Amino acid sequence: MAESASVPAIAPLRRGEDRPLPSIRRRQLREAAIRGVITLIALTGIAAVVLIFVFVAREALPLLTDPEVRGEASFGKLFLPQVLRPNRPPGFMWQPVSGVPKYSMIPLFVGTLKVTAVSMLVSVPVGIAAALFASEFAPPRLREVLKPVIELLAGIPSVVLGFFALMVMATWLQSAFGFSFRLNAVVAGLGLALTVIPVIFTVSEDALQAVPRAYREASLALGATRWETAFRVVLPAAAPGVLAGVVLGFGRSIGETMIVLMASGNAAITSWSLGDSVRTLPATIAAEMGEVVFGGAHYSVLFFIGVELFLFTFVLNALAAGFVKRLVRRMSGGKA
Amino acid sequence: MTVRRRKAVGGALALLTGAAAFLVVAMLGVILWDVVRGGAARVSWEFLTAAPQEGMTGGGIFPAIYGTAVMTLLMTVAVLPVGVATAIYLHEYAPPRSRLAGAVRVAVTNLAGVPSIVFGLFGLGFFIQFVGRGLDRALSEPGTLHYGQPALIWASLTLAVLTLPVVIVSTEEALRAVPRELRDASLALGATQSQTLARVVLPGALPGILTGAILAVARGAGEVAPILFTGVAYFLPDLPGSPFSQFMHLGYHVYVLATQSPDVEATRPLLYATVLVLLALTFALNLVAIAIRTRTRRRAAAGH
Repeated sequence: MAESASVPAIAPLRRGEDRPLPSIRRRQLREAAIRGVITLIALTGIAAVVLIFVFVAREALPLLTDPEVRGEASFGKLFLPQVLRPNRPPGFMWQPVSGVPKYSMIPLFVGTLKVTAVSMLVSVPVGIAAALFASEFAPPRLREVLKPVIELLAGIPSVVLGFFALMVMATWLQSAFGFSFRLNAVVAGLGLALTVIPVIFTVSEDALQAVPRAYREASLALGATRWETAFRVVLPAAAPGVLAGVVLGFGRSIGETMIVLMASGNAAITSWSLGDSVRTLPATIAAEMGEVVFGGAHYSVLFFIGVELFLFTFVLNALAAGFVKRLVRRMSGGKA
Repeated sequence: MTVRRRKAVGGALALLTGAAAFLVVAMLGVILWDVVRGGAARVSWEFLTAAPQEGMTGGGIFPAIYGTAVMTLLMTVAVLPVGVATAIYLHEYAPPRSRLAGAVRVAVTNLAGVPSIVFGLFGLGFFIQFVGRGLDRALSEPGTLHYGQPALIWASLTLAVLTLPVVIVSTEEALRAVPRELRDASLALGATQSQTLARVVLPGALPGILTGAILAVARGAGEVAPILFTGVAYFLPDLPGSPFSQFMHLGYHVYVLATQSPDVEATRPLLYATVLVLLALTFALNLVAIAIRTRTRRRAAAGH
């Protein structure tokens, strides 16, 4: 910072040198104008979120307004069991390209849930444990290496992770578990875990670091060991922040597209077996948008899936923000 | 529990957390090792500078590299001023406990959480269908589509919206690292707020702003889902001639080679080499960003 301090902060006269200083009034006007422009630009962030919702919803709107689209894909057809074949109990099917297109969301929900469950089952323990290690057990020098390395993992493009899941992990997992489908919920879920772990790690580690030293010292002074301090004092104190990390990781795994598109097999089947191929909500948009008729029912339904994803993540974000707020309040209470 | 037992349990648990950390690092190692082993042999000057040939089973990836570079350049030009100005507002201009600043922060956090595929839908619904078609109605001859179709510019703008939070967060951190005393000194000497900003605060925050820009480029260069419907093409004989042309992209090329190849064995070396190039690019960018940030943080910590 020393360099910037030695730079002359302001020249006594403006560029015109021998002209007199502009009047105070003009300076104030100029300042107000600059402030106004910057404030206006800052509204872009708000505008972006609003526009994303409005314009994704706008393309899904025919589901409510267009009678032709509604006939093909009413909300009943999207969510309720439908008679697929005569003399069979009604069921759910996603089959947008067929004589009678079927747009049931249920197979996609089930697929998304399965993949997300697998990824969270792995990411939550691994992410939190790694964060505990980095924050509580690792020597400082190891921590300085560990954090950037996990940041690098977070920086890998998801299409590369998808490639890795598709080409390498799928083969390993099939020979290990003998899946009848090479691409399935387990492969996609473990591929997803590669992007979710860094999210949970980073947020949890921040939360653990925010726990005041006094907590640890008090616990150690009372005779607790390091692990007792870490698991019974620090982790519970940081719990809201860790939970925020888990929620954000959950949102990430619901919305991630390329990994599941490449590694899940993309079959929209309603089954609870983890060894079956699955199709998730984001992968459906990515795979089918290229081939739809603009403005048709299929097009609107895909945008409707986008609205659902937007709302899911919006709620999860709000939840995570609430947890973080609680953590901050708790930690500032701890310092006082 | 006896002291010995407590120590043993503690050792085991600590070891377990260490194993989790090791597992994560090991996965990164395995990915790198696999990609380098599979791709290094095929990467050559010719591969980097030639166009794909023989139905994507031969030749190089130059059009994809070029498309990615031009797209990220346009994206950076769009996102950097907006992101930096927003961070300046949040950290320098907004009054404490400002409602507006709070709303901007909430919006930015939410923006960062929106799934990338939804950005793709947004790009299609807003930039192409709304802005592009609107321009066509106003400017093009009736019945022709010039602006209202997938193009380089729309993909770049979509990614600019996606990377906005990255730039804002990094810039704000950089502004925070500039000591309050420098601002006070400048203001006390009679400088206005904008003069202080331009000549004292921003020069001090420059490394952090650069970090944000680099991270945004790394993120933007690797994202595929948002550009699927907004401008990327499977294969193009020519390089994009204008912002309104379609383009090829490294990440999308990886996707195409991995999933749509008619001859998997023939494309495999090319696929690995393409992944290696993309990974090397994003890694190099991320490493530079991390290095700058670590230095800035250390200096900021020393300055306080």
